[in-house]
Amino acid sequence: MLALQILIDGFAVSALYALGAMGFTLIFGVSGVLNLSHGAIMVLAAVAAWAAASVLHTDTYTGALIGVAVALIASFATYFAVVQPIQQSKRIPNEEKEIFVLTGTLLWGIMIQELIAYFFTNNAKTVLPIIEGVVNILGVRTPKNEIFTAVVCWVVIGALWLLVNRTRTGKAVLAASMNPRGVTLLGLELNSIYLVVWAIYGVLAGIAGVLLGMFLGVSSYSVGPLTASAFSIVVLGGLGSVSGSLIAAFVVGYLETVTAYLISPAYRTIPALLLLVAVMYVRPQGLLGRR
Amino acid sequence: MTDFFKSRLFLISIVVVAIAATLPLYVSGYVLGLLTVAYYFGVFAMAWDLLFGFAGEVNFGPTFLIGVGAYTAGILNNQYGWSVYLCIFLGAMASVIAGLVLALPALRVRGPYFGLTTLVAVLMLQNFVVVFADLTGGEIGLTIPDVITISANINYWIALGFMVISAAILYGLSQSPIGLVLQASGQDPVQAGALGFNIVKHKLFAFIVSAFFSGLSGALLVFYFGTASVGTVVDVAVGVNVIVAAVLGGRRTVLGAALGAIFLIVAGEFLRPTGELATFIVSFVALLVVLFFPGGFLGAALSREARS
Repeated sequence: MLALQILIDGFAVSALYALGAMGFTLIFGVSGVLNLSHGAIMVLAAVAAWAAASVLHTDTYTGALIGVAVALIASFATYFAVVQPIQQSKRIPNEEKEIFVLTGTLLWGIMIQELIAYFFTNNAKTVLPIIEGVVNILGVRTPKNEIFTAVVCWVVIGALWLLVNRTRTGKAVLAASMNPRGVTLLGLELNSIYLVVWAIYGVLAGIAGVLLGMFLGVSSYSVGPLTASAFSIVVLGGLGSVSGSLIAAFVVGYLETVTAYLISPAYRTIPALLLLVAVMYVRPQGLLGRR
Repeated sequence: MTDFFKSRLFLISIVVVAIAATLPLYVSGYVLGLLTVAYYFGVFAMAWDLLFGFAGEVNFGPTFLIGVGAYTAGILNNQYGWSVYLCIFLGAMASVIAGLVLALPALRVRGPYFGLTTLVAVLMLQNFVVVFADLTGGEIGLTIPDVITISANINYWIALGFMVISAAILYGLSQSPIGLVLQASGQDPVQAGALGFNIVKHKLFAFIVSAFFSGLSGALLVFYFGTASVGTVVDVAVGVNVIVAAVLGGRRTVLGAALGAIFLIVAGEFLRPTGELATFIVSFVALLVVLFFPGGFLGAALSREARS
């Protein structure tokens, strides 16, 4: 019984982690940017969905859409206000751009976090689930929302796969992640590819954020842990490798769920951290990393 | 080095330190308390700058080194009642060991990978503090029975003296041949190695020095506060502040890092009336500096001097 419970809960948590990390790794793969405001954008999406429902009294679907739209706007704002100026700055030496992007997005994330805390307080917020109720799977009472979360995550991941592998735009993105210079030689505008990637990222982070808000609830305190978990999943899987982060998300998700159920919820994150350190020592490029 | 003693920077530093040393004569204890914390913070930022600005190691977890030093000193004093100075010394030594632990992955992985390892180190330390609450005081914090002194003036002078000595050593180190080799190995390890420099030895050295000053400052800080808690010496947010301070002041300048830290703490205090928006404003200003004056305060000032 417990095993089945762990299996179901772990699946939903892992799917959510995977979705959250996917956009993060895509941006890194294509433009070499590690976006440390990731957690803030996810929380922003969830809070926007929550505010739409509780302040504007929209229905849950509209609320969720507003959440995703806000994340999309935030994603573009991150790109235009922080990342692009740093990348194009002539005053920052090229070899230091990475640390500047890290510092810049970190500060940007803190700004978003503080604004959320200022306008909507630090209290935890749970977005009203789109589907309510509980079903019984072989004796395990499972909220329908949990199944819904897992299904949406997989549908979106599937859609992303189709987009990247089957459409012209997607193939350009894929090519840019393999060899940016090669793509420009083929006459494709790298800047427009970046725009596409940040748009995809915004939608993915938005959906992941809203689902997280429905499933576990968010507060401005979850910003740091969310960024850290996406960062670790992505490094564990290999920076820039989408399938690697998918596997890593499931490893981390299940490891955390098993620890929480069998040992104690207080130790939830420790085994995943230990695994991460071990992987860095043995295989620094991650599970499926190329470098 | 002889040029340095004639340079304008040296003269300005002397004047600033002299003014700072006389502050207890005419400012309130409240301001002194604020500056005392700011000076310890300045040492954190300078130690970080040595690792990042010179050795080129992106350390996202300065609070790992700080926290190990602070908690070791605090626990020894709390559990065994050993003398304050012995505890501070052992705290700094524990931090050096922590620095060596951190240096191991740094010699294998680079850039973001190393950055993540350091971040994980902080999260692990944080978990450790919470899990072993009997020893560490957990989330409530560790009470430290002894203090160095209760006089605000003496505490202030100790902090100032400590910062000035640390600044002199770290700055001197950064301008020495060792600093140049560090800088070279940070920017292009392969080429620096090809020139015959022992990269591993130099990087280990940088880690040890950075850890020593971080731990020492952390230990002194908890004996000033009389308490050690995750929120003051371990939390990722504290580490972020250290990094922001160093970048604001101007990375690769060492002294700028101290200026940035003092600015950050004093600005945070001035913004206290704005309540919850204080952190927002500080982050916003820091972001503007990062975007428009990537060299930081001192970087901007030095480049102007170099041009004139």
